Amino acid sequence: MDAAFLTGQVFNGFSVASIYILAALGLALSFGLMRVINMAHGEILMVGSYLAYLTILFIPGPLGIFAAMLVAFIGAGLLGAGLEAALVSKLTARPLDTLLATWGVSLILQQGARDVFGATGVSVTAPAWLDGAITIGALPLPAARLFIMAVAVAVLGGLALFLRMTRVGLLVRAVNQDRATASAMGVNVRQVDAFIFGLGAGVAGIGGVVLALLGPVTPNVGQSYIVTAFLVVVLGGLGSMIGTTIAAVMIGLVMALAQIFVDVSFAQVLTLLFVVLFLQFRPQGVIAIRSRALDAE
Amino acid sequence: MSEAAMLRLEQVTVDFDGFKAINDLSLTIPSGSMTVVIGPNGAGKSTMCDTIIGRVRPTAGRVLFHGEEIQRLAEHRIVGRGICRKFQTPGVLIGLSVIDNLAIAAMRDRRWWRSFTRAGEEEARAKAEAVLEQVGLADRRDALAGNLSHGEKQWLEIGMVVATDAELLLLDEPTAGMGAAESSQTAQIIRTLVGRHAVLVIDHDIDFVSQLEGHVVVLHQGALLREGTLDEIRRDEEVAAIYLGRAK
Amino acid sequence: MLNLPFKTIGGGAALLLAILAPWLLSAYDLNLLGRFLALSLSAMGLVLLWGEGGILSLGQGVFFGLGGYLLAMHLKLDGLGAGELPDFMTWSGVTALPWWWAPFRNPLVTILGVLLVPAAIGAGFSWLMFRRRIGGVYFALITQALALVFATLLISQQGTTGGFNGLTDYHNLMGLNLNDEGVTRGIYWLTLALVATAYFALRWLLSSRFGKLLRASRDGSNRLRFLGYDPTPYKVVAFSVAAVLTGVSGAMFTLHAGVVSPALVGVVPSIEMVIWVAIGGRTYLVGGIVGALLVNFAKDKISTALPELWLYALGLLFILAVTAFPRGIVGEFEGERRFKPARLGDMFARWRAGRATS
Repeated sequence: MDAAFLTGQVFNGFSVASIYILAALGLALSFGLMRVINMAHGEILMVGSYLAYLTILFIPGPLGIFAAMLVAFIGAGLLGAGLEAALVSKLTARPLDTLLATWGVSLILQQGARDVFGATGVSVTAPAWLDGAITIGALPLPAARLFIMAVAVAVLGGLALFLRMTRVGLLVRAVNQDRATASAMGVNVRQVDAFIFGLGAGVAGIGGVVLALLGPVTPNVGQSYIVTAFLVVVLGGLGSMIGTTIAAVMIGLVMALAQIFVDVSFAQVLTLLFVVLFLQFRPQGVIAIRSRALDAE
Repeated sequence: MSEAAMLRLEQVTVDFDGFKAINDLSLTIPSGSMTVVIGPNGAGKSTMCDTIIGRVRPTAGRVLFHGEEIQRLAEHRIVGRGICRKFQTPGVLIGLSVIDNLAIAAMRDRRWWRSFTRAGEEEARAKAEAVLEQVGLADRRDALAGNLSHGEKQWLEIGMVVATDAELLLLDEPTAGMGAAESSQTAQIIRTLVGRHAVLVIDHDIDFVSQLEGHVVVLHQGALLREGTLDEIRRDEEVAAIYLGRAK
Repeated sequence: MLNLPFKTIGGGAALLLAILAPWLLSAYDLNLLGRFLALSLSAMGLVLLWGEGGILSLGQGVFFGLGGYLLAMHLKLDGLGAGELPDFMTWSGVTALPWWWAPFRNPLVTILGVLLVPAAIGAGFSWLMFRRRIGGVYFALITQALALVFATLLISQQGTTGGFNGLTDYHNLMGLNLNDEGVTRGIYWLTLALVATAYFALRWLLSSRFGKLLRASRDGSNRLRFLGYDPTPYKVVAFSVAAVLTGVSGAMFTLHAGVVSPALVGVVPSIEMVIWVAIGGRTYLVGGIVGALLVNFAKDKISTALPELWLYALGLLFILAVTAFPRGIVGEFEGERRFKPARLGDMFARWRAGRATS
């Protein structure tokens, strides 16, 4: 095994991790706030992908991809906020039931996409400047994958700034830390929930655009990433952004490096094994938060 | 069995990421005694309970029960040694009836593989029935615990703690959310426990504390400030300054 | 108390009808009923695990698959000579029987395998999880990943698992022709007997102190811990029992359907099992049976007539089952009685009965 191959796999690991970050951030944010997981989050990715497809149909050219991101962010965000208001907010005290109800939504969205766009995939034409590769040493790094990493970093930075610098971010952190007290202090907890859910869905929408650059957009495109994104949330710990990022990188690297030795399906087995073993040592995930509630399991 | 040796905290410190919730606390609780722990919010009262019961591990120091270190045992093993705790927010088993809650607490044989048999249920049932009377819930015997009022849940949880027949009972704010009448009823229930059990009560309410007639320990900023009878504590100016003065 | 005889009569009538089904139904419908009864074993496992234990597993397909595949391996080997290989292995260019296939030539090993492999994997996996207090949403998501990984692995190992198509095309079981009408009836009755046995065994289990403690661990794991119990073994036992039931369910389903494939064990089929139970009534064993039968018959009718419609209907079922009818069909009929202590499972019902008469 030569060094270039190893470096290549590490690069792949980070590139896959970037997708997981975009897919898992929204899940983690609303999980931290409401302790619920949206099983239709994969379909929000899928909606983002189809929005990218549609946008680029109307706005071709080199900058279409940025327009697509904006459209997908807004479209997926609105979809998420609507889902929160119509369904998730009614079930927050029952996280397991929320899983099932949102799974129902995911089935409906998938079938909807199948009826509208057909079961076979559609392709998004990536702008020409994403076609090439940048060669560092002997290692060609595909521009599209570099772009994905840049998007993930930009989204992470933007979210961090937003949560730290803005008043809305302050409210979000307040609710995250102590829901009851924040509510007693007059924070409209419900609005914060819906806003964060929408924001997280918007991020997933951007993730969907990125997925569209990698392969055909199908009604199932979200499903192929979402189960691992769920694992990222579990590994990351109670909805923390840093934890999610670290977890995504760990899972991306484990998966890419395992593929040096075994095929893809065994790499998945090893990744799951890694998560299970990691949780033996840190059951709360990468970032642990202490709680004083009696049943905080 | 020497009295002083039942429970001893020796220079216990609990550090939450730099915040010392308990700071070098030493305390002794004799068998069959009544101890009341008071102190302002954040004084470390609940954390002290958490440490004794194994929910929080001390950063430094030892917790000795009958001379043996328990600060590293699993929670359920500490209970097995004879310490049981009631929580601030009542944690009754909402899916079971009142009597079943008590019976589960009263079971002596808690090994899981015995749970397929009826062994020991007879004895547990007798104990449960007795405790049911003791905490005044006889007429709610078959009600679902989830359907009890807040006060009744508090009594049920006290009952569950009593039913375990533990030597040391930790009662964390047993009157939280109760009115004056319910509080004094609770004080009566608790007084009947002393002797057979050592009881450690945490509470804010001085009227309630005075009804318990116990040895009073004042915590402040995670450390022991004073101990003595309630009258002595009341006369103490430092305590008055930081606690009573603020409360009244 | 008044409705007890009603329930007994109703249950007895249903059982009688089920026993007589081979003479009442067409061969096609009988086959469907047999399949769905086999599935109801999985559903009852989930009632124990999710309804009573509060543990949502989205990976039951793994155990279903283990049971199904182990039995199918035996069926593929049945009747083959010493050096012969199952057909699909030859097509994939596999030249020697993998070591882990060989033991399942023996029918007894196969039966033990169907029971013990899910039990061992279920116990080991759930112990790792529950001892570190991983539950709730975390547990559900990890089990879902387990289902995904299992299905992916099956698909990727074409030569030894039959890949995407799974294991199919077998005709004999211990010298019996599986297409013979008498044999299919026998398999149907065997399924029915297993369902009845599982029902009564679980009833007993839930009425024991174990059942109480399992429910207690659902409502307050920490409270239980601070009463001196370790909640872990109760959850592990519940998970393992559910795993065994699901394994048997998979094996029986394979006998009826004549095929086992990754499409039956992955993420989607695993979570569909949960919806049967949610529709039927998650805390009722009968709910598990009713839900498995109803949802699957509905699926059969709707998806043959209007295939696109089925996924919309299923999606809607998931949403309605937790928002509008969280107690399920059986729960709606039971009304308020659910928590009446006279219900089977009251640890002290005997004593109170004794007291009332004395």
